[in-house]
Amino acid sequence: MSDAPGYGLADEHESLRRAVREFARAEVAPVIGDYYERAAFPYDIVAKMGAMGLFGLPFPEEYGGMGGDYFALCLALEELARVDSSVAITLEAGVSLGAMPVYRFGTEEQRGRWLPDLCAGTRLGAFGLTEPGGGTDAGATRTTARLDGGQWVIDGTKVFITNSGTDITALVTVTAVTGRGPEGRPEISAIVVPSGTPGFTVGQKYSKVGWSASDTNELVFADCRVPADHLLGERGRGYAQFLRTLDEGRVAIAALSVGLAQGCVDECLRYSAERTAFGRAIGGYQAIQFKIADMEARAHTARLAYYDAAARMLAGLPFKKEAAIAKLVASNAAMDNARDATQVFGGYGFMNEFPVGRFYRDAKILEIGEGTSEVQRMLIARELGVGPEGSRAS
Amino acid sequence: MNIVVLVKQVPDTATERKLSAADSTLDRASADGVINELDEYAIEEGLRLKEAHGGEVTILTMGPDQASDSIRKALSMGADKAVHLVDDALHGSDAVQTSYALAQVLKKIGFDLAVLGSESTDARTGVLAAALAERLGVPQLSLASKVEIDGSTVRIQRITDYGYDRVEGSLPAVLSVVEKINEPRYPSFKGIMAAKKKPVEKLSLADAGIDPALVGLAGATTQVVDFADAPPREAGTVVKDEGDGGAKLAEFLAAKKFV
Repeated sequence: MSDAPGYGLADEHESLRRAVREFARAEVAPVIGDYYERAAFPYDIVAKMGAMGLFGLPFPEEYGGMGGDYFALCLALEELARVDSSVAITLEAGVSLGAMPVYRFGTEEQRGRWLPDLCAGTRLGAFGLTEPGGGTDAGATRTTARLDGGQWVIDGTKVFITNSGTDITALVTVTAVTGRGPEGRPEISAIVVPSGTPGFTVGQKYSKVGWSASDTNELVFADCRVPADHLLGERGRGYAQFLRTLDEGRVAIAALSVGLAQGCVDECLRYSAERTAFGRAIGGYQAIQFKIADMEARAHTARLAYYDAAARMLAGLPFKKEAAIAKLVASNAAMDNARDATQVFGGYGFMNEFPVGRFYRDAKILEIGEGTSEVQRMLIARELGVGPEGSRAS
Repeated sequence: MNIVVLVKQVPDTATERKLSAADSTLDRASADGVINELDEYAIEEGLRLKEAHGGEVTILTMGPDQASDSIRKALSMGADKAVHLVDDALHGSDAVQTSYALAQVLKKIGFDLAVLGSESTDARTGVLAAALAERLGVPQLSLASKVEIDGSTVRIQRITDYGYDRVEGSLPAVLSVVEKINEPRYPSFKGIMAAKKKPVEKLSLADAGIDPALVGLAGATTQVVDFADAPPREAGTVVKDEGDGGAKLAEFLAAKKFV
């Protein structure tokens, strides 16, 4: 099994990885199937994740964080997703979409007001970007916010917003058009809307193909008023701000994808040793061996890709291309491994009670969320300078 | 309060565990070492008592070099420092010798409360708490599912087959805990980082004032003379219900003298 230290992880990262691995096995694995079947949000698991400091991983201690880095978060996401993706995406969205924009773009006052609860995991944050008319084309935002008597008045609809409707959701950062530039280009800003603000309604919870134990909702803002000091970062910088948020988020989703891909290997190793056909364990057949070998190769290479992107990010180097590559190959690996793992399990792979059935349902969204695979290819090509004007490379 | 938690590193129960063919002792190389499960509850209880009453939690481990992994984990959970009794001469020590060695260290470092899991998942002798209390001449409060400290009095609920007994004793004391007592915390990243800077004192036999003649395989009071793998489980009996299933089950149970 892949429990041996490797890749030259620092001691503290390796210790964290082990602690989260242990947590996922002991606290998540035995109970998550039930939440998943009921499409219920696992409040008690989230509380335990909060108690071990996972929601504060990349934030400084002065805000209640753990003083770690984004790579530590990625390792935690991988180990959680190795067992279950619903809890992993709850953490991913809570940290990189909920708390990170407040930390990165908030004023000292805003950080002090919101971060301690978000870092403790006692409250969750969400990021409202995608709208019914489009996600990838974020510049086409329809939601508006106008200043009126010292308040932002927000009108619009957001869709597919993770962590936005739980009992412990504290806030949603929404992107909205706050004006027009000289050529009519929309000026987009980010505004924090606390849960319970009048005019902010959480719509029906979606029935999803996967990630069933995570919270995803449609949000409606109608004459929703928040104080002017809820503007996050500079007015008109909302678009630029969330691009950085998305680049980081891609590395995190890559880590989560690698977890799912590795979880498929874990399950198949166990099952192929136990299950017999024609008088011997199915692991004795090359048809199974080759499948598992391919699965391990995909998980391994995808892991290297996200480690590399994370290392560049932490070193302050450009990482847009590497993040896109990591997200692309890792979500592919997750999808391919989920398909192969269910095949190894045969009929049992089609049963929801087996983890691989969950993995199969959870894999598809990885090719869509936080930038589709097509967007990743677009970004990679753009970074290479491939375009209508011809390649930049000589 | 000076709390010492005794932590043993044992082979992971999730992996295949073996004895070494050479001397019938545990083959430590064949399995990953982890903190004995019940000792995690002891660490948690030590930390909670410290949080409630102040003081310091010291981890005490006897074991080979690789036990330092387990010590580090205990420190990352929140213990303040550790003492590691490590010496090749300890190899093969049995429960009686182990209690002597650990009692010597406890005398040397001092304690108000020594806390440990009620047994280890490897040897499972379950006698260490009693042996330590005897050697140290202090009360033993065993199998605790709840602990309260009031001044120099320790009160526990001691689990029994019929419920629990209320037992009390005075500090200093030896306390053994069961898994009902709490839910051990997981190390946080902050705890992991802090653990890197916490002191771990390594003691040899000489440092701890332990007589080498009284420990180790050669002088052990018990010996493993032989061992064998557990026999594979035999297939069970399938009772097919053809209208007389109940009678067949009753016959089966009667034949085995269950009814």
